[in-house]
Order: sequence, then C-alpha cells, then structure tokens
Amino acid sequence: MPTNDSRRIALLRSQLAIRVFEEAVRDQHAAGLIPGAVHLSIGHEGAIAGACAALADDDYVIGSHRSHGHPIAKGADFGRLMAELMGRVGGVCKGKGGSMHLTDHSVGVMGESGIVGGGLPLAAGVALSAKVLGNGRVCLCFFGDGASNEGSFHESLNLAAIWKLPVVYLCENNLYGATTPARSVVAVEDIADRAASYAIPGVVVDGQDAEAVFAVVTEGVERARRGEGPSLIEAKTYRFGEHAEGLMIPVAYRDEAEVERWKLRDPVTMLRARLIGEGVISAEGAEALEAELKQQVAAAVAFAQDSPHPESEAALEDVYSHPIAGGGR
Amino acid sequence: MNTASPLKSHNAREISYFQAIFEAHQEEMFRDERVVMIGEDISLYARAGILDARLEQRIFSAPISENGFCGMGVGAAMTGLRPIVDLTIASFIYLAMDPIVNQAAKIRYMTGGQATIPIVFRAAMWHAGANAAHHSDRPYPMLMNAPGLKIVVPATPADVKGLLKSAIRDDDPVVVFEDHSLWFRSGPVPEGEHLTPLGVASVVRPGDDVTLVAIGGARTVALEAAAALADEGCSVEVIDPRSLVPLDRPAILGSLERTGRLVIADPANRTCSAASEIAAIAAEEAFHGLKAPIVRITTPDVPIPFSPRLENPLYPAAADIVDAVRRLR
Repeated sequence: MPTNDSRRIALLRSQLAIRVFEEAVRDQHAAGLIPGAVHLSIGHEGAIAGACAALADDDYVIGSHRSHGHPIAKGADFGRLMAELMGRVGGVCKGKGGSMHLTDHSVGVMGESGIVGGGLPLAAGVALSAKVLGNGRVCLCFFGDGASNEGSFHESLNLAAIWKLPVVYLCENNLYGATTPARSVVAVEDIADRAASYAIPGVVVDGQDAEAVFAVVTEGVERARRGEGPSLIEAKTYRFGEHAEGLMIPVAYRDEAEVERWKLRDPVTMLRARLIGEGVISAEGAEALEAELKQQVAAAVAFAQDSPHPESEAALEDVYSHPIAGGGR
Repeated sequence: MNTASPLKSHNAREISYFQAIFEAHQEEMFRDERVVMIGEDISLYARAGILDARLEQRIFSAPISENGFCGMGVGAAMTGLRPIVDLTIASFIYLAMDPIVNQAAKIRYMTGGQATIPIVFRAAMWHAGANAAHHSDRPYPMLMNAPGLKIVVPATPADVKGLLKSAIRDDDPVVVFEDHSLWFRSGPVPEGEHLTPLGVASVVRPGDDVTLVAIGGARTVALEAAAALADEGCSVEVIDPRSLVPLDRPAILGSLERTGRLVIADPANRTCSAASEIAAIAAEEAFHGLKAPIVRITTPDVPIPFSPRLENPLYPAAADIVDAVRRLR
C-alpha cells in the first residue's frame, strides 16, 4: 500500500502530467503539427486526476471528447498519446482516433466518445460485463454538463441503478456546453440533483480540489465494488482556455472576471501549495517533479514527430476483425 | 454458393422460424457463458419455457431505453461479453442509431483495432401486418451504409438459426433483420449443430434464363414467381443473398454471367435499397454481359400506411416479378 504522502504526491504528479502535456499539445497545435479540433483539459486536472486516483489499475474508464486527461491520469504512455494527436502510426489508435478519442485499452481506457453523451451507455455495459464476469472491476465514466441533458444520460443512470452496476458517473461540469451556460439549459440547480430520479447517491464536489474529488470518488468506487450500484458525482470545474483550440468566438459568452476568478483556483497550483505547506513535498521537490514531466513530454513530442505518417492504404484497415469482400477490411 | 443447403439435409425436421431463433439463442448461451440477452420484455422467454430457465441469470429484461440498452450492449461486448440485443421491432432501431452506427460500427476502427465488438442486434421487421409506419420499416439499407456493421436477412428457419449462431460467434457487430411474417412459418432445420456462414448466398432454385435475387421475405414471392414462369418455359435462377454485408458478389455475378438478365426483389423502400446496391454492382461488373436492363422490384418510397388495402399492394409480389421477367424476354 502506498503511504498517504506518496499517494498525495502521485496525485500532484498526475495533475501536473495533464497540465504539462496539454500545454505541449496547445503549442504543437498552434505550430500546425496537430490537425483538427483539440479540446484541452487545462483547468479540469483536479477532477480527472482525483477521480482516476480512486481506481485500481485494472478498472475501466470511459470518457468524452475532452479526452486527453483521462488516459494520462490512468497511466498511458505520453509518446503514444502525442503521436495519436499528430495522426501518426505510433499513435495509440494508429492515427484513426485523434484528439477526441484517445483510447488506450492497455491502461483500461476503453473509449472516448466524440458524440456528447455517447459514452454513458457504454460505461453501463462495461460495468455489466464486470458484474456478469464477476471480475470485481469498476467503470469510471467521465462526461460533461452538456451530456447530462442527453437522453443517454438518463437511460444509462436508470439502467445502472436497476441492475446495481459497478459504475461511477463523474460529471466534469465546466459550466458551459461550448458557449451555452449550463445554468441556462439545465433545469436543476446541481446536476448531481438528477441522481434522485434514479435513487442513487448524487454528490457535488469541488473539482479544483483533487483530494476532495479523490475522497468522494473513492466512496463511489467502493460502493460499486460492494455491489451496491452506481453513483453520480458532479465535479464543479472550469476550462481555462477556449472550448477548442484556435476557436475564435466573436461573442464574450464568459465574463472576463469570472475566468480570472476561476484561474485563482487553479487545481494544480492549489494542491501544490497545500502539499508544500503541509511539508509533504518541498518546493524544490515539486519543481523537480514538474521538470521531470516536462522532459518526458518533450521526449513524447519528439517520439510523435519521428513517428511516420500512415500509408494511405491503412485507411482501409481495422473496419472488421477480418477483411470482408467488397469493402473495408 | 450454398453447398450445405438444409433442403438437402438428410436429417432435417420442421420447426418454425421463431423456434429456430430461440434454438440458436439457447444453444449458444449454453455453449458460451459470455453470451447474454438484453432487450424489452425478454424475461418472458425463460418464464414461458421458450428458453431454459437456467439461462434466466443472463437475460436482462430492459426498460424501454433503446439508446441506453444498445449502448450498454456495446460496452459489454467491448469488455468480454457477447450480447444479443433484441430491438423488438426494426423501426425502433432509430432510437439507437448512436450506439449502433456511431459506436458499435466505428469503435474498432477508431481505436486502431484495439476494440472488438462481438454483438448481435436483432431487429424484426413487422411490415405487412397493419401496424402503420412506426412499426413497419425495413431499414437494412440504411445500415448497409454504415461501415463496420455486418447485416443478415435470413428468410428460412434453417438460415435464421444458422446465421444467428454464426453472428453470435462473430467478432464484429452483426444486425439480424428478421421478417416477422416468417416467424410462424415452418421449414426444415437440421438436427444438431447448424451454422450458416455470413457472406454466402444460397441458390434457392437453379435456372438459366434470368437471375432473380430475392432479399429476406421476398424469397417467398420470388419462388412463387419462378414456379409460374417455369410453366411458361422460362427458367429463373433464384438467389437469396442471406447476408447483405458481406455480400456474396461472386454468387450473383456468376449467375448473371450465365443468364444475362437480372431482377432484384427487395421489400425495402426503393431509393438506396439493397436492390439498388446490387444493381449498381451488376452494372459496374457485368455490364457487357447484360441482355436487358436491370429491374428492381421494391416498395415505393412512401411511409407504410395502416389500412391493409393500402399497405399490402406496396410490397414486391409474385405478379410484379412475373410481369417484370416477361418484359425482359
């Protein structure tokens, strides 16, 4: 068992890893090396790292289009994630998934749905398999505030509740679905209130506090593992950047003061200061941790840039388990 | 070509299409404990003795949540189960287009081959029963346009059993479109293990003058037409593709090479029907051997009306086929 201190340092490391990786993604996207739409998790690190820290290595994760943080927090290889973002052969999905779909089965990240709400039923199914096969695993499902208005959210919570499936539904509520304020399109005060409809626990947690997230997700995971069914956890968080990189939205849909207020509650800075303040890690130790991660991410960028672009022929592969006549393979 | 036609089997007995469906379920569920059933009202099957009561633990009788439980099936398939998801009625498939088309069909590809989705969706087409447009669709052509899915349209008890068993064992998502009007018709089905491979057509009636491809339930009227035409001295070869994806092109093109005339009977709506695709393949691959224009006998492009007087004349009938063939000669 890890000591409490080593666990807290690992949590800081996990958050820092997401931050450092995402900053590199932002730069590589701006430099034109990452094509397509890129949704960064900067600002969400507390919710993601805190939640994943509550899982065992062989537990499952299902996620959303804002996908990069989930596999990082589950321990995926930075190089293969970065290569995927650049559409290279060495990418975790061989260049067929990209930014919205960073899937890595080797660490239990089973899928990231580019369709908002698409992952919630899948997570119920992943949990169903764990229950039927009796393997003791739990599924953690990330989704956003927008997905909580999808029918799939309600159908999935109901299904998971009636069959007491081992799943924790974790809403990364960053208060906006693209540019639409959640408060203007969600009928309840808190998304966690929706748990009442399915007679399951619904908990609101400060998503900027990774340790608080860790604590409530741990309760949800333990409950799931005991066979008592799903939980709905709403982590209130904020994305520090635009909905997607490079988007130029001509209307100020977020108040500048609101953005600045949230940035004062940077989840990485907060945990770092707390751990230094409590003597869990020294300031130098935290700096060394960050420097080490920067080095690893720089190596990942180099790996990705060196990874070959796929041959056009590869576009026809992986459609079916075995090639079929007259179509993709 | 079909070399193991149940019609030629030495030890065939007669059972209904419906019984054949549940023989397939039961045999596969006993053979492989990863096989589970998900769908509406299906707990009845074990309670009514249609399925062995010992299978009840693996029968998940779901709420009316097509999006939710189809997606659940996909997640379960991705993590070790082999679900058979019963959509009850094919028109309900539209409620589950995201899990079927966006998820089941694409996840293997989008994850660069990491995911395997061994799932079967059963969809019974309740046309020709005065159920009006919300229960009467034959929507297989839409799904033929979704790469990653396999699609079968069995027209006999032997084929539904054999194809369903093969579909359950297949590592890709397979949609089984059953013609409900066939459910209570009986036919020979071999005793014991009976598997029909996907992608292999059946030459139901050999002939030399015209190739008549009959999709799903159109097989019945095609055989009536062929018998009537034989009386006029016209030898019609009736081919049931049984599987639309993969499609047995060599069986169709090989027959066409001999006959030079092609008629396709398809209960789907005309535009972009399975008949349209087969006609296009024939035009591209066999144009120079054609002695007459290709003819599609389909349902007109209308929603299905309620009144039997309006509905019944819409579908391909033996008389339509006879007329079409006469015009080709």
